[in-house]
Amino acid sequence: MLILITIWEAISKFEVFPAFMWPPLIIPNDPGGVTVIKTLVEGIISGQLLEATGASLIRLFIGFIVAVIIGLVLGFLIYKYKIVDDTLGFFVTSLQAIPNIVWMPLAILWFGLGVGSVIFIVILGAALSITITSSTAFKSVPPLLIRVASTMGSSGFHLFRTVIFKSTIPQQIAGLRLAWALAWRAVLAGELLGGSGGLGTLLDLGRSIQAMDLIFSIMIIIGVIGSFIDNFIFVRIERFVLRKWGIQTTH
Amino acid sequence: MMAEEHIILQNVHKEFQRKDHAPTIALDDVSLTIKKGEFVSLLGPSGCGKSTLLNIVAGLEKETSGSLLVNDKPIKGPGNDRIVVFQESGLFPWMSVLDNVMYGLLLKKVPKEEAKARAMDWLQKVHLGKFAQAMPHELSGGMKQRVAIARALVTDPEILLMDEPFAALDEQTRMVLHKELDKLWRETGKTIIFVTHNIREAVVLSDRIVLMKTRPGGIKNIFPVQAARPRNSSDSILIHLENRILTELEQEMEKVLKEELGSDYALKTDHLRVDPNNNMGSDI
Repeated sequence: MLILITIWEAISKFEVFPAFMWPPLIIPNDPGGVTVIKTLVEGIISGQLLEATGASLIRLFIGFIVAVIIGLVLGFLIYKYKIVDDTLGFFVTSLQAIPNIVWMPLAILWFGLGVGSVIFIVILGAALSITITSSTAFKSVPPLLIRVASTMGSSGFHLFRTVIFKSTIPQQIAGLRLAWALAWRAVLAGELLGGSGGLGTLLDLGRSIQAMDLIFSIMIIIGVIGSFIDNFIFVRIERFVLRKWGIQTTH
Repeated sequence: MMAEEHIILQNVHKEFQRKDHAPTIALDDVSLTIKKGEFVSLLGPSGCGKSTLLNIVAGLEKETSGSLLVNDKPIKGPGNDRIVVFQESGLFPWMSVLDNVMYGLLLKKVPKEEAKARAMDWLQKVHLGKFAQAMPHELSGGMKQRVAIARALVTDPEILLMDEPFAALDEQTRMVLHKELDKLWRETGKTIIFVTHNIREAVVLSDRIVLMKTRPGGIKNIFPVQAARPRNSSDSILIHLENRILTELEQEMEKVLKEELGSDYALKTDHLRVDPNNNMGSDI
């Protein structure tokens, strides 16, 4: 880390690239000049960066939650009805091969430049992924567990709630983690192209005013949020679940 | 009480449809009456339809034709008067041992406190009181099967169906569990149908042994076991019976092997022999 920072500063000090392309990270080149850290701190204090981060996160959460609901329902239908599997299942797999951002022009035409389009591609990206992982999870429920429950008289929704769904939880969590990463990418890509505020739009602004320090600041925020949610939320839940299920014992 | 007919199978026939093949006959015209409180083993080589027969009684599979009455009523699907213990315990890995045992009780809307007390009581009967809060993956195979048995019996079913419940266990554990199952059966008076391919296991545990045959699957012979309980596998009556069954089984196996292996079979005839010093029971 320290080495990387040193190299960065060196490149900046020796002006390998012009200053607007490669601003210093911590130590300003001229007294009181621009640095990435300064821009980051000032952006956070002034609220500009925080506001944009908040806007992006709200879209992410709305989109993600809707996607989880859609994904689980579709995944279940694919598992439950062969006809849905043959039709929708195939369709979903093909759609998933299309990168999220490709939908953006279409989303802009449908929903206009703004929040609507961004949330649309977040939902699309995450929901398709969750549909596939959850249907796979449902299909891999051990038949023995279903037989055990039904011999004790469980059926219908009770069977689903107490056995089928519970049994898929480790795989569902892994699926959500994957979908969350897709959703986070989709938010930023959407905001970059579709405007409407948020970190992505700010990034685009940084590009147009050639403010590399702002761009780097935003990239740092994106990276930190991404790895924070992954490490502190998903990895922890995953570890807890795996330990409880006895799939992996961490010691 | 003992003479009451509990399960009546009449001309039960089961076929499996296969793609591009003639249907396989798993059970051909099976008739069998099981009395209340009787311990009956279904013994036979793989492919004789013993598990299919058990699943039909459990309601997990449907007979193609014939009739099946439990307490004079036809069976419609699985019911909690007949609970199955499978070869693998099938414990729910996300539930503690206690929650696993409570599952069937809560399903029957037994109040939580009572369910807990009954589950604990049964865990103690299978000597796992200390493991109530353990997770299934922390238990050994034999312990898991004990939990599975407790989980089945806690709901007080009339019939216990056991599908090779001890087949995956090591022999020492298996012998211990034989004794415990025998004891539980005598205490509770349940009707038990026990599927196995281990002759000694069948002989030690059962009131009657139904020897099954293959192609098509069905009943070959029925042997009553008249030794006093608790039994000891070195009892001469049992050893004699074991040999009689083995002799019949050899004929059956010979038929199967001849069909499967054709002329190569001659080399393998000596493989099915009882070793009198082997206390573990002979497998098929």
